[in-house]
Amino acid sequence: MSTARSSASTGTRGISSRGRTVRILVGKAGLDGHDRGAKVIARALRDAGFEVIYTGLHQTPEMVVETAIQEDVDAIGLSILSGAHNYLFPRVLELLRERGADDIVVFGGGIIPEEDIEALRQAGVKALFTPGTTTQEAIDWVRANVKPRA
Amino acid sequence: MRRFVTVSDMEIDELYTQETLDAAGWDRTRDLGRPGAFPFTRGVHPTMYRGKLWTMRQFAGFGTPEDTNRRFKLLLAEGQGGLSTAFDMPTLMGYDPDHPRARGEVGKEGVSVASLADMEVLFGDLPLGEITTSMTVNCTASIILAMYLAVAERQGTDWGRLGGTVQNDMLKEFIAQKEWICPPEPAVRIVVDMIEYCTERVPRWNTVSISGYHIREAGATAVQELAFTLADGIGYVQACVDRGLDVDAFAPRLSFFFDVHNDFFEEIAKFRAARRMWARIMKDRFGARNPRSMMLRTHAQTAGVSLTAQQPMNNAVRVAVQALAAVLGGTQSLHANAIDEVLALPTEETARLALRTQQILAHESGVANTVDPLGGSYFVEALTDRMEREAMAYIERIDRMGGIIKAIEEGYPQKEIADSAFRYQQQVERGEQVIVGVNRFAVEDDTPLPILKVDESVERKQADRLAEVKRRRDASAVRRRLDDLRQACEGRANLMPALLDAVKAYATVGEISDVYRAVFGEYRDPGHF
Repeated sequence: MSTARSSASTGTRGISSRGRTVRILVGKAGLDGHDRGAKVIARALRDAGFEVIYTGLHQTPEMVVETAIQEDVDAIGLSILSGAHNYLFPRVLELLRERGADDIVVFGGGIIPEEDIEALRQAGVKALFTPGTTTQEAIDWVRANVKPRA
Repeated sequence: MRRFVTVSDMEIDELYTQETLDAAGWDRTRDLGRPGAFPFTRGVHPTMYRGKLWTMRQFAGFGTPEDTNRRFKLLLAEGQGGLSTAFDMPTLMGYDPDHPRARGEVGKEGVSVASLADMEVLFGDLPLGEITTSMTVNCTASIILAMYLAVAERQGTDWGRLGGTVQNDMLKEFIAQKEWICPPEPAVRIVVDMIEYCTERVPRWNTVSISGYHIREAGATAVQELAFTLADGIGYVQACVDRGLDVDAFAPRLSFFFDVHNDFFEEIAKFRAARRMWARIMKDRFGARNPRSMMLRTHAQTAGVSLTAQQPMNNAVRVAVQALAAVLGGTQSLHANAIDEVLALPTEETARLALRTQQILAHESGVANTVDPLGGSYFVEALTDRMEREAMAYIERIDRMGGIIKAIEEGYPQKEIADSAFRYQQQVERGEQVIVGVNRFAVEDDTPLPILKVDESVERKQADRLAEVKRRRDASAVRRRLDDLRQACEGRANLMPALLDAVKAYATVGEISDVYRAVFGEYRDPGHF
């Protein structure tokens, strides 16, 4: 499995008060190939100073969680446009709990109907960004809500 | 100072005149010509829509084969001229509905097809010899086409009467849509096998729909869409010529598929430039002699990526403008998007509105009354010319890299597209590109549309049907057929006969794809961003 990683060499804004750069896994779960949004957000977060690891396409929840733990990330941003969000998000959260890594913040984006959003939030997804969200809104949210894990 | 640019960030002059064309060396006889004649700038037919309207072909598919069969019949009853099939992600990636990787995705983005049993239901009671069927499927296209041929055979329809298209454009999968099984080289070998087989056995079938749509939707500019699509076309033609096929035997059955975005004139110019470029490429580069080999026949779809979740009714206007551009650009068939496609698959009501949009253009607007009504417009001709020039520069660069497969392996088109997508997003966020209802004229409380929900029971139903098929089929025959297929893959024989035998024995999409995976290996996303 391949992952690409990158962080802006000059960026400092992703560094929290505790001194370590926040690390984010941008994950593309599901079988579809809609990676435009995931790549744009990965690049925007990197340019904002975060360390970003991108899983590439066609990841299973198991693969996403494995990478998140190996890479010791602080948050997982999952992009889902295949309609499988009601399976994929809860499964990722479940696996994180099983692995004792449920302090990793899970957020996401994609085509997710309004009526599914509340249930996914209740299940533990901290934020869901739907079409029309600016990259700045996502950056601001991550800055406010993701801290380096202890 | 304010810049006047297209949605692709191409700068537009205040006024275009004869002097603009003269300065670019534009020549009426050489560059424009007559409709139905080389270089086909004005259209592929001499009479265009006076002779035959474009085919209204709405893309449809969801849930079980029964669900989609019902939607097909509804669309045909509403006056649609041909079918266009959307398959679900597991079918498109070569996994059966009971595979762990299919969890949550069965029937969601299209119809679920695992074996010939599903295909028999999907096309049940449909007159396959009279309608044309387009199927959007790529890395599993060879399997799905074999199933379609088997269904036709069982319905007693001669293959010579079958008309339709499989998308089957693997090169753009690696560039943009990103559904794949094996790496580029074997993927193209399978495509060439299908071209070779159909040229002889299914002569009216369009073997590849060389697609810019997904390239554009992934973020390419109009020029990049044009360039990478034609570069893919060159890749296929070269691969077939290398196989020893006569260019004039297979090239007339290659067709194209472009996106139609918001920028009205840029889109019209793109279609015109595409026709002229392909005609020149086929004649000059490949030595084609049959004019049909030089004709770029195309399907078009309005730009899904241009639709907004905010104030979704506005999408009806976007779709109408884009559909009009496709018609003025001279498309042969068209899918108009439904206003809710940014949220979900269309409901019956929104699917009907999309079809009605096309019918209003065809029967009320008067734009189909004459051929290429914009031909000779200083602006349209200058833009057509410029797009050809800029797209050719990309193609020359790809040639210098050693061709499109090499360019893809180096990630070149992928990176160009990702850069354009990011640049566009920044322009939107700075307000330099206006999206009505999103970054201008937004409202606080939006009225949501009722959307189509795919029944969660589809996954179980499809897994149950698959289990039933596996119980009833002759397991040892399936094993033998899959072994034969494996040998064909390992050798150089055309795969289609072995595929037909395998699907007729009810071998599944997943089982056949496993043979591909075992013999050819699996491609992985390099994951650059």
